[in-house]
Amino acid sequence: MVPLTGYLLVGAFLFSAGLYGALARKNAIAVLMSIELMLNAANINLVAFWRYGDTPADLTGQVFAVLIIALAAAEAAVGLALIISVYRERKTVDLDELDLLAG
Amino acid sequence: MSAVFPNGGAVLNDLGLILPEIILLIGGLFIFCLDVASDPKAQGKRTGASYMALSILFIAAALLASMLQLKVTEPQVAYGMMTIDGFAMFIKVTILTGMLLVAIAGGGYMNKRTENRSEFWTFFIMVSLAMCVAASANNLVLIYIAIEFLSITSYMLAGFLRADRRSNEAGLKYFLYGSVASAVMLYGISLLYGATGSLYLSDIATFFAAAMEGHESIQGIAFAAIPATVLTLAGLGFKASLAPFYQWAPDTYDGSPTPVATYLSTASKTAAFAVIVRVFVVGLAPFQVNWVPILAGLSIITMTMGNLAALRQTNVKRMLAYSSVAQAGYILMGLVAVTTFSTSGMDGLNGVLLYLFAYLFTNVGAFLVIMAVEETTGSTELSAFHGLIHRAPGLAVMFVIFLLSLTGIPLTGGFLGKFYVFGAAIQHQYFWLAAAGLVNAGIAAFYYLNVVRTMFFTDDKGTVLNAPMGIQISLVICTVATLWMGVYPATVIEWVNTASAQILAVAQ
Repeated sequence: MVPLTGYLLVGAFLFSAGLYGALARKNAIAVLMSIELMLNAANINLVAFWRYGDTPADLTGQVFAVLIIALAAAEAAVGLALIISVYRERKTVDLDELDLLAG
Repeated sequence: MSAVFPNGGAVLNDLGLILPEIILLIGGLFIFCLDVASDPKAQGKRTGASYMALSILFIAAALLASMLQLKVTEPQVAYGMMTIDGFAMFIKVTILTGMLLVAIAGGGYMNKRTENRSEFWTFFIMVSLAMCVAASANNLVLIYIAIEFLSITSYMLAGFLRADRRSNEAGLKYFLYGSVASAVMLYGISLLYGATGSLYLSDIATFFAAAMEGHESIQGIAFAAIPATVLTLAGLGFKASLAPFYQWAPDTYDGSPTPVATYLSTASKTAAFAVIVRVFVVGLAPFQVNWVPILAGLSIITMTMGNLAALRQTNVKRMLAYSSVAQAGYILMGLVAVTTFSTSGMDGLNGVLLYLFAYLFTNVGAFLVIMAVEETTGSTELSAFHGLIHRAPGLAVMFVIFLLSLTGIPLTGGFLGKFYVFGAAIQHQYFWLAAAGLVNAGIAAFYYLNVVRTMFFTDDKGTVLNAPMGIQISLVICTVATLWMGVYPATVIEWVNTASAQILAVAQ
C-alpha cells in the first residue's frame, strides 16, 4: 500500500504547480485552470488524511472533498462568465492588457 | 465536542436560532422567483423600485431578528456547526445594518444602471446571508463554504455592469485574486485537518492544547500547524484586505459600482474579521505565541502600505479604497493584543468590535457622499469635490465628520475605536506597534484633511448638487451614529464587552 507521504507529495506538487501557474501565466483561462489544480491538491490531501486517519467512520474528509468539487464548478462558472464579458468588451483575455484600473 | 446532530424535536428548536439566515434565504429566493414569474413586458421603472423595497424589508426583518438575540447570555450551537453567541449576533447586527444602509442609498443607483432587473437584489440578499453564516460558523467546512459563497456572489456584484469596462475589469481581477487566495486557504485547512483530525474549531483547540500539555512531539505538530495557519490566514487576510493580499482592493473598489464597493469595504470586511477572530481566538488559541508576531507584522505592513499609497491618489474613491486597507491594519492591532485577562476593560477583542462598528457607519457614509457626487458630476476625481461647501453644504459637512472619524479625532466614533485598539496594544506593552499606528494615523490625517481643504478652500466650479432621497436618509443615519458613538458610547461599549467576553470565555 502506498504510504500517506506519497499522496501528500502528489498534493504538494499539484498545489505548487497550480500556484506557480496562477502567478506566472498571463492568460485568464490558464490562471483559472491553475486554480483548479490547487483545489484538487487540497482534495487529494483531504481524502488521504481521511483514509489514513484514526476515525475512517467519520466521513468528514470525504464529504468536504465532494463539497469542494461542487464549489469549484460554481467558481469556474462565474469565472468563465466574467472572462467572457471582459472578452466581449476588449477582445482580449491577456491580464497584462487589463490596465484601466491602476495607480 | 464532536459532531452532535440533534434529533427531530431539536431540529425545529434550532430553526429559531438561525432565524436571520432563514429570513434572508427566503427573501433572496422570493425576489428571484418573482422576477422569473413576472411578465417580461411589464419590466420597467416600477419593478426595480419594488424589488428594492422588498429587499429592504427582508434585510430589516433579518436585522430585527438578530437584534432580538443580541442579549443571549449563554452561547448556543445550531446544527452542530453554527455558534449563536453575543459575538456572532453583534457581527450580524453590524453587517445587516451596513447592508440596509447600502440598500436604501444605493438602490436607485443600481436600478438606473441595471434596467430594473431583480438579479442585483437577489445577489445582494444572498451576499448578506453568506456574511451572516460566516459570522456564526464554528467548523472549517462551513467557514470555507460561507467565505466562498460570499466571494462568488461578490465577484458577480463587482462585475455587475457588464457594459462598463471598468466594472468588468474589477470583477475579473477580484475573481482571479480571490480564487487563488481561497484555494491557498483550502490547502491550509486540509493540512489543519491532517494535523488534528477534525474540522471543528473547538476540537482543534482541544487537540493542540492536549498535545502541548503532554509534550508529545510539539516539534512535529508545529511543523504542520504553522504552515497551515499561515496558508489559512492568506485566504482570510485576502477578504479583510490585509497585506500582502490587498492589491485587489483598490482596483476592485475603484471599478465596481459604488454601492458594491461600499459593502465590500465595510460589511464584507467585518465578516472576514469575524472569521479571523473565531479561527484564531477559538481554534488556534494554544498557538497564540506563534501567531501573534505574524499578525503584528502584518498589521504594521498593512497600515503603512495602505497609507503611503493613499497619499498619492487624486481620485477620492481610490483614496478611500487604500484608506480602508490601512484601517484593516489598525483593526488587526486589537487582535494582536487580545487576551483573556484584562485589568482596564480593554481586552483587545472589544476594541476590534468597537472599531468595526464605528468604521461601518463612517465608511458607508464616506462612500455615500462619493456616490452622491458621482450621481451629479459623473466623476469621483478630487476636482469634482472643488468648493463642495458652496454647492452642497450639508453633504460637505457630513463628509468632514466622516473624514475626521476616519482620522480618529475625538467626539467621533472613529476615535473610540482607535482608543480601544491602541489602548489594548499599549496595555500589552506592544509599544512599537502602537507607535507605528500613531505615526500612520498622522500620515493618514494628511490625505483626509486634503479632501477637506479641497471642499472648503477652492473655487466652486460646477452646479448645485442635489443628493437623491435614499442617499440623504442613509447619510443622516450614518452621521448620527458616528457622532453618537463619539459622544455617548456607553451602550455600545456594554454590547461589545458582552460579545467579546463570551468568545474569550470559550478560549480560556
